[in-house]
Amino acid sequence: MPEFKHKDIIALRDLTRGDMELLLKTAESMREINSREIKKVPTLRGKTIINLFYESSTRTRTSFEIAGKRLSADTVNITPSSSSATKGETLADTALNLLAMKPDIIVMRHSVSGSHYFLSKKLPNCSIINAGDGTHEHPSQGLLDMLTIRDHFGRLDSLKVAIIGDITHSRVARSNIQGLTKMGSEVFLAGPPTMMPPGAAKLGNVTVCKNIKEAIADADVVMMLRIQQERQGKTLMPNAREYSRYFGLNPENLKLARPGAMVMHPGPINRGVEMSSYVVDGAQSHILRQVENGVAVRMSMLYHVCGGEIE
Amino acid sequence: MNLFIRGGRVVDPGQNIDEILDIRIENGVITETGKNLEPLSGSEVIDAAGKYAVPGLIDMHVHLRDPGFEYKEDIITGSLAAARGGFTSVACMPNTNPVIDNKAVAGYITNKAKSHGFCNVYPVGCITHGMGGERLSEMGELKEAGCVAVSDDGKPVKNAELMRRALEYAKGIGIPVIAHSEDISLVGEGVMNEGFTSTEIGLKGIPRVAEEIAVARDVMLAEYTQSPIHIAHLSTGGGVRIIREAKARGVKVTAETAPHYFILTDDAVRGYNTNAKMNPPLREACDVEAVREGLRDGTIDCIATDHAPHHLDEKDIEFDAALNGIIGLESSLPLSLALVDDGILTFNQLIEKMSCNPARILGLDRGTLKRGAIADITLIDTLAEWVFETGQLASKSMNSPFFGCKMKGAAFATILGGRVVYRIDRLAGK
Amino acid sequence: MTYSKTVILDEAGIKRALTRISHEILERNKGLENIVLIGIRSGGAYLAAELAKLIEIIEGENAPCGTVDITLYRDDYSGAMPHQAVGKTEIPLSLEGKKVVLVDDVLFTGRTIRAAMDALMDHGRPECIQLAVLIDRGHRELPIRADFVGRNVPTSLKENVEVVFDSSHHPQEVILEK
Repeated sequence: MPEFKHKDIIALRDLTRGDMELLLKTAESMREINSREIKKVPTLRGKTIINLFYESSTRTRTSFEIAGKRLSADTVNITPSSSSATKGETLADTALNLLAMKPDIIVMRHSVSGSHYFLSKKLPNCSIINAGDGTHEHPSQGLLDMLTIRDHFGRLDSLKVAIIGDITHSRVARSNIQGLTKMGSEVFLAGPPTMMPPGAAKLGNVTVCKNIKEAIADADVVMMLRIQQERQGKTLMPNAREYSRYFGLNPENLKLARPGAMVMHPGPINRGVEMSSYVVDGAQSHILRQVENGVAVRMSMLYHVCGGEIE
Repeated sequence: MNLFIRGGRVVDPGQNIDEILDIRIENGVITETGKNLEPLSGSEVIDAAGKYAVPGLIDMHVHLRDPGFEYKEDIITGSLAAARGGFTSVACMPNTNPVIDNKAVAGYITNKAKSHGFCNVYPVGCITHGMGGERLSEMGELKEAGCVAVSDDGKPVKNAELMRRALEYAKGIGIPVIAHSEDISLVGEGVMNEGFTSTEIGLKGIPRVAEEIAVARDVMLAEYTQSPIHIAHLSTGGGVRIIREAKARGVKVTAETAPHYFILTDDAVRGYNTNAKMNPPLREACDVEAVREGLRDGTIDCIATDHAPHHLDEKDIEFDAALNGIIGLESSLPLSLALVDDGILTFNQLIEKMSCNPARILGLDRGTLKRGAIADITLIDTLAEWVFETGQLASKSMNSPFFGCKMKGAAFATILGGRVVYRIDRLAGK
Repeated sequence: MTYSKTVILDEAGIKRALTRISHEILERNKGLENIVLIGIRSGGAYLAAELAKLIEIIEGENAPCGTVDITLYRDDYSGAMPHQAVGKTEIPLSLEGKKVVLVDDVLFTGRTIRAAMDALMDHGRPECIQLAVLIDRGHRELPIRADFVGRNVPTSLKENVEVVFDSSHHPQEVILEK
């Protein structure tokens, strides 16, 4: 029987295919709980989970909070304001202060890539779950995307998945690339060359495409990434209008994908920029299912990090 | 107090000497070098059999953090670290607080080093007033106050016109200019080399071209103004190529690199190791090869350390927030000696790059064992094997990616003006 | 230490025991009305399926059958062991007002049954819960008693009782290991 032997879940890069299969299998069982009248099990009774969010995120934080509560854990949300960060309390000091509350799990979102590894070293007896770190990874999003894809196709191998957008700055892209390629799928990337990091093709079974059409052609899944005006608007692209013209998903270019291909987006969506509303609300969109799977996947992550010693 | 060094293998590239000789030192000056000499009565005698005796090593690029950041390092601990690493002279960069842009700060450093230091400390003054990048510093006064070069190290001079004028003005004064060649706009928010590693671990990258474009600009300005220029901490293959080509054209350009650039790649950053965070960043294997080739073919004149002490609080934090730089004075010699073992440099060439060339570039009356020269001498035990560990440091700071590494070669003794300031088999100076 | 393995019930013996339990369930409840069979994953679930088949043969009707996974309700849940995947709980209808027959293969400390009862309660308030087990090996740690028992087997704590199933989940034999 496979077992999960990691203290933390920081990156899908650190997990094996077996680890991810286990997390997804448990997530499927967790989904049953979410459909009951009494949506609660006593599993993590007496455990304390701190949601430490240095970047605002209603969606991911709420999803983790509900996941913790459905497992009967006590969940506390801490959102260090930007002002207290500038007052000079370091992440290490914040962590040590939190440690006084004896948390079992800290779910953190932080703007610095790799800061979870730092936190984990400082808190050897507490599990750390990454809810997004800088431009590195967003493993819960990767897993919920994988679960959504598996629900639809019944498998995660031998699929062609197109990921379109700002690959350089996307932690969602990194987690999906790591996860999907380990599961045996093939990933095709497209985006303006200003948003394509060097060596992206070496990240696994990954092909970097010249344009969106090449990436979408015969794809089973089309995953669109969020474009942020504040970030990409300065030097990476001329403006949203031109971006959507060349890298946006619309009913016409979606026809290039396999019939019935899944359309996904990690949200929040800029309608009319990365995707047209016809696609967002269209029959091929699985965006709401992604959200539903979020809670189940996060319950699975919380459950598995709570057990077991690392080897 | 007189000193006598018996039976060391004397290597002095300036005089083309490489043989086992005795050295006699009187009143801090080398008075005779030869076979089978006898010490003057009352001399301290050092048995240097099996050791190399070379002109005192010179590190032309260190940060001693004094004044202003004494919690990281100060002139006493920094110069002791230098002595332990075999260095008899260092040139310290001006990004102190206040910066070295006036006689008072330069004088403070030289005086403190003379009265309390363990090696010669030569201040490097600012190129621009207040290191602000807007107007020229008072280079004449700085030179009079003991500065041996000017540099805005840590920050490039962004304005090309200002850099041009700095080169022209410095040439008139007769003070070398050391360029920190980096295009800030290309660096952006980068924190490590831009390449596959940065892609995989999701850290923002600094492209090679950020260095190369600035090296090219600075070299072209030197060429146009017919002024000498020294390029600091070269890290890229492109930078090496640009300098090689400029030298071939006759441009008066010299360059240095540091041990981490010819040993480590950006793989060292994996695990978000802040002790592998520096500026310029560690590059890739092809750059390491190019830097080694640049050392071999003479494109790169010097090995400096860019010794950059930082407090634990500035390194033991999230990667983006960690400060750039590593300490180097106490690990540079063995790391550089490995170039000799690897066949990149002869021992003679290594001493040129660690003593003679820095002395020449900075115009110091050192880097030689000629009769009449000041007796700055380093005795090197090339066979000593040891492990680089935090416990043995003289430096106040502990930021190095080399801890735990096995080292081969060490300074056996460091002699400053005829005085033994460090001996491996005794407790260090203090 | 010597290792020995004794077969304490063979395939035919198991069938006889399950047939008797089927009759007892029907007798006690005066038929099948309102009955739901819930097996504890995984051995109990296989036996519940067997019981459902036998009951159908006897009564000509089939009873609704479900599966409960007790992993999330265990009381020995701690950081001591790595977590295995959680199996699915499949209960086809609300248990509100039902007579639940909970089925397990071996009754030992009673802790599994306690966890299963908690799990069932989260699916509604049953009228009652009855317990059917193939083997009762004693050593209860909680005040729990089976309503229907295939065979009582006195054991020592060092021994292990296991119901062996074939690849299509039919019970083959019950073995005692020591």
